Amino acid sequence: MFKIVKREVYSQGTVIMNQIEAPKIARKAKPGQFVIIKADEEGERIPLTMADLDMEKGTIDIIYQVVGTSTAKFRDMKVGDAYQDIIGPLGQPTHLEKLGKVVCVGGGTGIAVLHPITRGLKEVGNHVIGIIGARSKDILIMEEKMRLASTELHICTDDGSYGHHGFVTEVLKEVLEKEDIKLVVAIGPVPMMKFLTILTKEYDTPTMVSLNPIMVDGTGMCGCCRVSVGGETKFVCVDGPEFDAHKVDFEELMLRLQAYVPQEKESYDAYECGGACRTAQ
Amino acid sequence: MAGKAKKAKIDRQPMPEQDPKVRARNFEEVPHGYTPETAMTEASRCLQCKKPGCVAGCPVNVDIPGFIKLIEQGDFQGAIRNLWAKNSLPAVCGRVCPQEEQCEGVCIVGKKGNPVAIGNLERFAADYERENGTGELPPQQESTGKKVAVVGAGPSGLTVAGDLIAKGHDVTVFEAFHKAGGVLIYGIPEFRLPKDIVASEVGFMEKQGVKFECNAVVGSIVSLDELFEEGYDAIYIGVGAGLPRFLNIPGENYIGVFSANEYLTRSNLMKAYLFPKYDTPIPIGKNVVVFGAGNVAMDSARTAMRLGADKVRIVYRRSRDEMPARAEELHHAEEEGIEFYLLTNPTRLIGDEKGFLTGMECLKMELGEPDESGRRRPIPIKGSEFQLECDLAVVAVGSGSNPLLTRATPDMDLNQWGYIVTDPKTGKTTKKGVWAGGDIVTGAATVILAMGAGRIAADSIQDYLTLGW
Repeated sequence: MFKIVKREVYSQGTVIMNQIEAPKIARKAKPGQFVIIKADEEGERIPLTMADLDMEKGTIDIIYQVVGTSTAKFRDMKVGDAYQDIIGPLGQPTHLEKLGKVVCVGGGTGIAVLHPITRGLKEVGNHVIGIIGARSKDILIMEEKMRLASTELHICTDDGSYGHHGFVTEVLKEVLEKEDIKLVVAIGPVPMMKFLTILTKEYDTPTMVSLNPIMVDGTGMCGCCRVSVGGETKFVCVDGPEFDAHKVDFEELMLRLQAYVPQEKESYDAYECGGACRTAQ
Repeated sequence: MAGKAKKAKIDRQPMPEQDPKVRARNFEEVPHGYTPETAMTEASRCLQCKKPGCVAGCPVNVDIPGFIKLIEQGDFQGAIRNLWAKNSLPAVCGRVCPQEEQCEGVCIVGKKGNPVAIGNLERFAADYERENGTGELPPQQESTGKKVAVVGAGPSGLTVAGDLIAKGHDVTVFEAFHKAGGVLIYGIPEFRLPKDIVASEVGFMEKQGVKFECNAVVGSIVSLDELFEEGYDAIYIGVGAGLPRFLNIPGENYIGVFSANEYLTRSNLMKAYLFPKYDTPIPIGKNVVVFGAGNVAMDSARTAMRLGADKVRIVYRRSRDEMPARAEELHHAEEEGIEFYLLTNPTRLIGDEKGFLTGMECLKMELGEPDESGRRRPIPIKGSEFQLECDLAVVAVGSGSNPLLTRATPDMDLNQWGYIVTDPKTGKTTKKGVWAGGDIVTGAATVILAMGAGRIAADSIQDYLTLGW
């Protein structure tokens, strides 16, 4: 069992951080790696990239948005409650190398995944320009942590309530115009990564994305997480989760993420109703 | 002589089964098992050969005449103890071993009629013990103080664990999944091997002192060298097969195309057939095709039927004679209404604008000269393309090696396909103190062959721990 030792709520309750006791994973995990996590006996195995870890305390942090049954179950767990299963660290760690000036772009909960990579890239001596975005100021997460992890930080909101009024791609375009950027790391919703990749292709700037497809085992056994990269089928769990963005077939990834929409809704409705019924009793 | 002639007159006792029409729509086990009376009658058919071919035909050399004699005498407790001496998983083997190719295939009674139902009797002894037994554990030697790590809680790993705990060693099994059992849990469906039985076999090992650490991906959470540093004296690797093979034809990433591993893992390990009680979904294909004709393909097809398909077709590029599935599995699949499209090769999968599978294109084949596998090579018939509608496809054409552990262990030799190189006589790898067996050495094979490899390695580990080689 993996006990929750700290819990924080962001984005008006829609995004939650759990700090979890998992000493063996914390001892081994590196930036960019993920865990498979399952709440209880009936739970689904879902992949989440670690947002942080503390080797001394033996904890890992996960940050998730409540979107379906699994994350709703996670939401309903309090400090002291425990996840039944956490498996990791899985996937290839980020290759951290001193390149010069690099840009780390994050959107939504992708910022949580981006944070340890940003910090790692700065630690090896890069000048890191962070760009993070959200729909509006009140749902933006991890601003302070990203400010510490980056050399400079830009903020964008779709509604203009904070920082640049517009998309992260607009700020990135300005940076690419002015600076000699060696690498862009982009993590966020698939449409964000897709449009950002179109932009960096124009500037011929190497770009890396971290993908989060549907998975089951997470250890290369089932092939559920397959994506097309440069015309080849790759398994995100063992070959990734990070890939050369210019080669990823984002259209296919977006479609595959929709595979279970009706079932997810059925399950979620049943769970939330069950919860309401329990409360009413 | 007179006694033997009399024995031969008794026919092989049929296994009572669920009606095909009923069972095709439920996940309950297909055969019900023998009653004590039927088991004793069946046991009386055994000739008690002086040089039993059946024992030699068994990869773990179960004392077959011995346990059958005890069943005939009504000593069911004695029978299971006899089985345990050679086999840690009798309830599993009685259900899923290909007996027709092994013990029963060489049974003398079978020369003139039907062989003794060795598998059914093994299953009976194990089930009787589980349901009515005293819970008394098999004998165990005194503690040796030696520690053994077993990586992978599938059939071969469990065999090693069972053998070495009995020899008095301290055994810990590391399992990547959240439940122990390997393919017995994620692969073989409930209707062939109920998961309660696997859990009970694993629980039985725990009672004997085997420790299980689930959620532990060795190679990532801990390396082999770190296990040695932690004080383990020997390591056995039985991590099973890995990356599923696909057909490498266009359209394989449409939604609705699954590897058999994924389809079966969703249904079996994650219990998606009980969705939404369990959270993991599985799509209900109305018109299902399964590529391949091995046991895994049959398991996938029969699972699809139970989940509510209108039509399930096995699509196979060779003919019936080349199908690798067990005769019993083919028979059960046919009884349940699975159709066979033989000499048919898929060339392309077709989908809609939302990325969902809607159909496939195939080519008719004919058989040519035998190929390197000794089977007649299928050759495409020109201009024979045709299309089939389907909304779910399962690819069951085998798997490659999983790189997770081997990638993290560069000082252990692999062959060109990424499987671990071992000495076939001992199971020793090229890394000192490390043994391997099962699918990660041979590529995908059967439960009992993996168990046989585990037995060989366990014997060698025992020598290494007690004699030093």
